[in-house]
Amino acid sequence: MDLLNAFITLMNYVIIPGASYGAQLSLGALGVTLIYGILRFSNFAHGDTMAFGTMVTILVTWWFQSMGMHLWVLPTALLALPFGIIATSLFVLGTDRAVYRFYRARKAAPVILVIVSMGVMFITNGIVRIIIGTEEQNFLDGTRFIISARTFKEMTGLPEGLAFKTTQGLTIVTAVIVVAVLFWFLNKTRTGKSMRAFSDNEDLALLSGINPEKVVTVTWIIVAGLATIAGVLYGLDKSFKPFTYFQLLLPIFAAAIVGGLGNPLGAIAGGFVIAFSEVTVTYAWKKVLVYALPNGWGPDGLSQLLSTDYKFAVSFAILVIVLLFKPTGLFKGQSV
Amino acid sequence: MTLKNILYFAFVAALFIGTGILQSWNLALSVLNYAIISAVMAQGVNMQWGYAGLFNTGVMGFVALGGLAVVLTSAAPVPDAWAAGGPRILGALVLGALIIGLAIFLYKRMHKGRARNLTMLVVLVGGFFLYRAVLDPAVVAVEAVRPASAGFLGGLGLPILFSWPVGGVLAAVAAWAIGKTALGLRSDYLAIATLGIAEIVLAVMKNEDWMDRGVKNVISLPRPVPYEVNLQQAPWFLDMAAKYHFDPVVGSSVMVKLMYAGLFSVVLIIVLILAELMLKSPWGRMMRAIRDNETAAEAMGKDVTRRHLQVFILGSAVIGIAGAMMTTIDGQLTPTSYQPLRYTFLVWVMVIVGGSGNNWGSLLGGFLIWWLWSQMESIGPATMGLITAGLPDGGLKSHLIDAAAQMRLLMMGVVLLLVLRFSPRGLIPER
Repeated sequence: MDLLNAFITLMNYVIIPGASYGAQLSLGALGVTLIYGILRFSNFAHGDTMAFGTMVTILVTWWFQSMGMHLWVLPTALLALPFGIIATSLFVLGTDRAVYRFYRARKAAPVILVIVSMGVMFITNGIVRIIIGTEEQNFLDGTRFIISARTFKEMTGLPEGLAFKTTQGLTIVTAVIVVAVLFWFLNKTRTGKSMRAFSDNEDLALLSGINPEKVVTVTWIIVAGLATIAGVLYGLDKSFKPFTYFQLLLPIFAAAIVGGLGNPLGAIAGGFVIAFSEVTVTYAWKKVLVYALPNGWGPDGLSQLLSTDYKFAVSFAILVIVLLFKPTGLFKGQSV
Repeated sequence: MTLKNILYFAFVAALFIGTGILQSWNLALSVLNYAIISAVMAQGVNMQWGYAGLFNTGVMGFVALGGLAVVLTSAAPVPDAWAAGGPRILGALVLGALIIGLAIFLYKRMHKGRARNLTMLVVLVGGFFLYRAVLDPAVVAVEAVRPASAGFLGGLGLPILFSWPVGGVLAAVAAWAIGKTALGLRSDYLAIATLGIAEIVLAVMKNEDWMDRGVKNVISLPRPVPYEVNLQQAPWFLDMAAKYHFDPVVGSSVMVKLMYAGLFSVVLIIVLILAELMLKSPWGRMMRAIRDNETAAEAMGKDVTRRHLQVFILGSAVIGIAGAMMTTIDGQLTPTSYQPLRYTFLVWVMVIVGGSGNNWGSLLGGFLIWWLWSQMESIGPATMGLITAGLPDGGLKSHLIDAAAQMRLLMMGVVLLLVLRFSPRGLIPER
C-alpha cells in the first residue's frame, strides 16, 4: 500500500490532463453559450470556427518560425495568437453580415438559424481543409515540460514520475486569465452590461436604447477570441486536425448544456464536469489501484471502465441525464 | 407535377446521361447507384424533418446500424467462435437488458427521494460490473479465434437481401430507444442528442470486435448480383456481347451496376409510394398540423409525443434500409468510413435543397446533391489543375490540386445557404 505513489499516478494521468482538457472545453463552451445567450441559437459551426482560428495561428506561427522568431521557452504560437484572433473575428463578422443578419432581421425561428449554421459549418470546414489540408499538424515548440517525469523522479526519489507539460500549465493559466477578463468585462463594463441585459430580455434592452447590432458585433468578436484561444490551446496540447475539431462540437455542447445554455459560469463548470468524467471513465485504473490497495489486492486486468473510443458516450450520457432531470442545466440557463 | 418540376427532373437526368456520355457509363451508373441510396436516406430525413419538424442529426448512426445489419444477417457464421463464447455473449446481452429493465421498473415504482437515487446507483453500477464480468471472458475467447481472418461471431449467412429489412428493423429499434429518452427535448437539444447518439453507435461498432470485427472491417460480404468474372464466362452473356457489339469486360461491370440500380430502384419506388400515401392520408395531415402548431394540435387531443415517436421510428427505419443497401453495394463494412459530414449533414442538404415536406423534393435533392458531391471530387482538382497549369511543379501546386478536392464541402455550404436565403422552401416546395 503506497498512497503517495497512488496520488502521484492519479495526478499524472487523471487530474492534470483532466484539468487542462476541462479548461479547453470550458473556453469552447463559453463561446457556444454566449452565442446562445445573445443570438439565441446553437451554433453548429463553433468547432470549425475553432479550427479556423487555430489554422490562421498555425500559419502565422510557421511564418514567425521561418523568420527565426521564438518566444524563449514558450511556444511561438502565443505570438501568433493575436493574429489568429483578428482573422477569426473578421471571418465571423463576415459570416454574420453575409448570413446571420438576414435571418436575425426577419426574426427567424432558432431552428432555422441552426440549419443556417450548418451551412456556415460546411463552408468553414471546406476553407480550413483547402488551406491547410486534412492532415494532422504539430506546431508546438519551446520547452516541452515544466517538470518532466524524469526530473520529478530524481527530485523526489519516488518510483512514479509526475510530468507537467508546458502546454498543460499554459492552458490552465491562460484559461484563468481569459475567464477573469471575460467576467470583468461582462460585469463591470458598460458594453458587457448591455450584453447581459440583451441576453436577459431583448425587448427591454432595446427599449432602454441598447444598440443590438453593437451587442451582436461585440459578441462575435469575443466568441472569435474564445474559440481561437480554445482551439490553439487544444492544438498545442494535443495536435491540430480539422476533423478532430469538428468532433469537439459534441463535448463542447455537452459542457454548455450541462452547465445551462446561456450561462457563462455554467459553461465553465460544465467543461470540467465533462472533461473529468471522460478522463476517469476511460482511464485504466490498474496502476493507481495497485498502489492504493494493500499488497496483492491489486486487480489483474486494466480496470478500465470503457475503452477510450467511448468518450463521446460519456459526454452524451451526462448530457441526457442532465437534460432529463434538470433541463435547464446545473446552473440555471435559459430556454428559448 | 408541374412543368417546372418535370424540368428539374429532366435536368438531373441530363446530368447523369451527360456523365455517361462525356466520362463513362460505368461511372455514371455507380454515381446513380449511390444517388438512389442517398435519395432513400433523404426520404427518411424528410419524414422526420419535413412532416414532423424533428431535428435528427444522427442520420449517420442509423446508416451505420443498417450496415451492421448486413454483417449480422449475411456474413458467413464462424462456428468455432460461436463455440468459444457465443451463448455467453448472448447471455450477457440479455442480462444487460434485464438490468436496464430492472432500473427503469424500480425508478417508476419507487418514490422520489434518496432511497430511489441510491437504489438506482447500486443497480446500475453493480449491474455494469456484473455485465462486464459475464461479457468480458467470452469476448476475449471469441476474439482469439483466428484474429486475422475471423475473431468475431459472424452472421447468420442468410441471403443479403434479407439484411435490408433487418437494417430497417435494427434502426427502428434503436430509434425507439432514442426517441423514448430524447424526443421530449427542444429542437436544438434533440439535434445535439442525436449527434451524440450517432457517435456512440459508431464507437460501439468500432470497439465491439466480437460483433463486427471493429476497425478490422468485415470484407467479402455476399452479393445479391453475380460477380463480373462469372458474367464474363457465362455463355449467354458472351452471346449477348457478340450480338450487341460491346466489350464483355466493360459490359459485365455495367451489367452488374444496372442490376444493383434495378434492386435499389425497387426499394426507392416502394418507399416513395408509401411516403406519398402517408403524407396524403389523414395521418400525414395530422403530422403537419402538429409540426405547424404543437399546442393547437395537443388541444385538439392529438398525442404529440406518441406521434413524434412514430414518425421518428419510421424515418429511421427508412434510413437504416438505405444504410444496409449501401453496405451491400460496398461489399464490406468499414466503421471508420462513416463521417457525420458525409452521412448526416449532406443528407440534410439534400432534403433542404430539394424541398422539405415534399417527397418529390427530397427525391430530387438526393439525386442532384449526390451528383454534385461525387462529381466535385474529380471536377475540383481538374479545374485547379487547369488554373495552376502555369505554375512550376512543386509543393504549392500539388497542395492546391489536393486541396481542391475539399472544394465540395465549401460548395455544399454555399448551395445550402443560397437555397435557404433565396428559396427557403427548396426547389420543389411543400404543397
